[in-house]
Amino acid sequence: MSTATTARIAVRDVSRHFTVGRERFTALDRVTLDIADNEFVTLVGPSGCGKTTLLNILAGLDHPTSGDALVGGEPVRGPGPGRGVIFQQYALFPWLTVRGNVEFGLRTAGVGRRERRERAEHFIRLVGLEQFADALPKTLSGGMKQRCAIARAYAVNPSILLMDEPFGALDALTRVRLQEQLLDTWNAERRTVVFVTHDVDEAVFLANRVIVMAARPGRVFATVDVDLPHPRTEQIRLSPEFAALRNRVWQAVHHQ
Amino acid sequence: MAVVTPPVPAPARTTSPARRPRSLLPLNLVSVAAGVGLWWALAAAGLQFPTPAEVAVQAGRMAADGTLLDDAVASLLRVLTGFVLGSAAAIVVGFLMGWYAVARGLFEPWIQFFRTIPPLAMLPLVLVLLGIDETPKVFVIFLAAFLSCVISTYQGVVSVERTLINAARVLGAGDATVFARVVVPASTPFILVGMRVGLGAAWATLVAAELLAAQEGLGHRMQTAQLYYDLPTIFVGIVSIGVLGLLMDRALLLGGNRLTRWQETR
Ligand SMILES: Nc1ncnc2c1ncn2[C@@H]1O[C@H](COP(=O)(O)OP(=O)(O)OP(=O)(O)O)[C@@H](O)[C@H]1O
Ligand SMILES: [Mg+2]
Repeated sequence: MSTATTARIAVRDVSRHFTVGRERFTALDRVTLDIADNEFVTLVGPSGCGKTTLLNILAGLDHPTSGDALVGGEPVRGPGPGRGVIFQQYALFPWLTVRGNVEFGLRTAGVGRRERRERAEHFIRLVGLEQFADALPKTLSGGMKQRCAIARAYAVNPSILLMDEPFGALDALTRVRLQEQLLDTWNAERRTVVFVTHDVDEAVFLANRVIVMAARPGRVFATVDVDLPHPRTEQIRLSPEFAALRNRVWQAVHHQ
Repeated sequence: MAVVTPPVPAPARTTSPARRPRSLLPLNLVSVAAGVGLWWALAAAGLQFPTPAEVAVQAGRMAADGTLLDDAVASLLRVLTGFVLGSAAAIVVGFLMGWYAVARGLFEPWIQFFRTIPPLAMLPLVLVLLGIDETPKVFVIFLAAFLSCVISTYQGVVSVERTLINAARVLGAGDATVFARVVVPASTPFILVGMRVGLGAAWATLVAAELLAAQEGLGHRMQTAQLYYDLPTIFVGIVSIGVLGLLMDRALLLGGNRLTRWQETR
């Protein structure tokens, strides 16, 4: 396991309180967590246990009330292109084409036109949207929008990917296909991934490590290491080892 | 929810009523023809109306001696000047109000106050202050266009989805980039709706302003005709105003649709 010094992401005693009216609500309670370079970690837990809050803190879109969130040893101060975020609602810019969306981050980084084109092209191909490079988001299906969002996040070459229930809205078939694609791309271009999901199967299938959270207050409840080999195939999905891990995670989520 | 969102008003669905099925066009034509027919029938039945033919003849005469064009140009210039200046100011002020709380606090009371006053009601004051040439007329048109458009622009800015702003920020965008590449395009549909309303208001204000105080223009022509019971001229004026207004509205709509093609249509 990773230690504090080699951890890519280090969450130290992070609490996040929300004050609504007079009520003080603890969304995260002293969460401590280390994530190593190139590790694929999934976060599962009941609704409201603070998964999104934790992800937003890592993204720099929210800040801890107390404690530290460190990325590469530095406290997170705000969002940055080193951490790509894939939002549950896709959050594609509807006025830009697929290509325009994928090029967005490259433009803000000041990448020249020619190189922008080429890099966007590469990632559009990676997610299999080359036929739709000039399509507007409104003409894409949910799964295609999701793939576009993935390409957009990948294009700026973030070393960390933060994904918040990215496949939540998809049908089972598309979901499995995108899971496999995601692992393919992760195998091809390693990144540190923090992936939030409600789905226990998905959590086990994708992860090197599953972190199970509990609610009220939001905290880390259990950690399950997933030592299944890569590439993860359908055989693995149907294997008894997978079933055993899934059961462990299931127990942790549903019998907290 | 993927992101912690502060309460933002749900992005109001801006309508783009232009997308009319083509099959309705024949019906539109039938309706117009029937309307003109009815007008003709009423005129023939002894009502005090001039017939469409008489109006057409009068229009031809006015076109031939140049008065129609002069009047139309005078009116159009006023309305366009006021409308363009008013919309431009509205977009700037609306963006400032949506982006900076300070600007909102400073502008809001004045806008709310002046919104309750029909711009025309300002005309007497403006005439006294600005004299009787073009300026007061253009000014009330400016006011009408500005007040119609500014709130809509402001609404557009504040209803930009938080997630889109966050998406831009995690892609490395700073404030200026978020503004130029997210807030501006996302509020374009709102601005266009405001501009259409503003154009209608500008046009309505123009004609009334000309009726009250002008030496030329379509409104002025009708006002003079009224003194001589010259009904055909009044009709020419009404039809010209309607046609010009319609053309300008369509032009704006078409231009707007090109800009907002990305919107999901119902
Ligand atoms: N801006 C906010 N203001 C007040 N309370 C908030 C805010 N954001 C989150 N919360 C509260 O914090 C808790 C954790 O929210 P969070 O969105 O992180 O949960 P989650 O684990 O992502 O849930 P889900 O699986 O349903 O998405 C919730 O109870 C929520 O009500
Ligand atoms: Mg969530």
